[in-house]
Amino acid sequence: MIGWKIFYLLVFPGLLFTGVLGLIVGWVDRKLSARLQFRVGPPFFQNFNDFLKLLGKETIIVKDSIKSVFVATPLAAFGFLVLISTMIGLALFFHEGFVGDLFVIMYLLMIFSVLVILGGSSTGNVYSSIGSGREIKLLLADELAFILICLIPIIKSGYQIQLKNILEVQSVQGPFISSVSGAIAFVIGILCIQAKMTLPPFHIPEAETEIVGGPYMEYSGPLLAFWQLNHYMMFVIYPFLLIALFLGGFDLHGIGILWAVLKYLLIIVIMILIKNTNPRIRIDTALNFFWRYATPISFIGIILAVFGV
Amino acid sequence: MGWYNKRLAKSLWVFHVSGSPCNNCDIEILDLITPAFDVERFGLKLVGSIRHADVLLVTGIFNQKIAPRIKKIYEQAPKPIFVVAVGTCMSGDCCFKDSYNKVKKREDIIPIDLYIPGCPPKPEAMIAGVVKLIGVLNG
Repeated sequence: MIGWKIFYLLVFPGLLFTGVLGLIVGWVDRKLSARLQFRVGPPFFQNFNDFLKLLGKETIIVKDSIKSVFVATPLAAFGFLVLISTMIGLALFFHEGFVGDLFVIMYLLMIFSVLVILGGSSTGNVYSSIGSGREIKLLLADELAFILICLIPIIKSGYQIQLKNILEVQSVQGPFISSVSGAIAFVIGILCIQAKMTLPPFHIPEAETEIVGGPYMEYSGPLLAFWQLNHYMMFVIYPFLLIALFLGGFDLHGIGILWAVLKYLLIIVIMILIKNTNPRIRIDTALNFFWRYATPISFIGIILAVFGV
Repeated sequence: MGWYNKRLAKSLWVFHVSGSPCNNCDIEILDLITPAFDVERFGLKLVGSIRHADVLLVTGIFNQKIAPRIKKIYEQAPKPIFVVAVGTCMSGDCCFKDSYNKVKKREDIIPIDLYIPGCPPKPEAMIAGVVKLIGVLNG
């Protein structure tokens, strides 16, 4: 039994699967962005080469930084993401899990943002500190809307708090996106993902042209490689979570594999299109958007879900 | 190290610093990431922070004021780092060769690995230069 658990964690659906798929999807992101801008784009193994190259570079540990936090945060964030991907993957592919795993996933996803904040503020660099401050504000902006949209599948599945049971209810009733409240939650969910992954238009904490990479500015070599890998792994984790919550999961038999790939690509392509068609917004605009529009709409979605619409 | 050098050749991240230029080279460098030339084909990417960079791209002559700063930026970079000097100013001082405020020898400030002459060099010339660097790395 222990052997299988280690296999789940390290190979499928944990570390190896999420890492490799994340880097491939990162290439899809870069290539599609390039094609949308009428460029050629990078070759297929570009992200693998970037990752391996960064592993071999010199690591500079900044003199003024809190060294233990500076080194530990990217690795800890990587560990948390492996854990989250294993939990989501177990529910999606093997229909396993424990009671309340959806709440644990929500907590761990929040811890990732906290680790970015810690890593950025440990460097002692002004730009990194500004980036961390913006990350805090962005977390405050999107977290409530994200929690509310995660509650909608729970309500619609008859108050099941286990991903496995939510998937079972969906396989009987049909995906939750076919209902009004589910559709609302899906749309708000994609916007929340955009903010949680700090993709444009919500790349306020990183803002390369403004605060030179924000929290990641002082990182170099293998530590930066792990931040990059974390970013690409989130390209797997968040779409999988949305698929599990709203699109009815994967049915890996026969034609179902094609549907699974199409579901995943649909979410990825929507994210890339939003990314490429929107400029960066200010932090107050982001707060305004999430608190004035996204959160009340998700509240309305919850009320609709309670009435069973 | 041959295997690692091949990985490095496929993903050179560029940090661009202007050492008192006239800005012509800088404008031409930005042409490289436009759709017409698109150096992301070779895995080249402009990065915002020197800590992420593999290539330090410098333009202009080094005068007394900018020289210590260029040296500081070079020392902040994670090694291995390659210095690419763009423009006639960097390779032959151009019209500033008798200036009172330029440093005597640029190579005393930082080691320079590749010169791309031209005032400003055409984007094609710059791509040719970068491809030479990639070729050296590939062995």
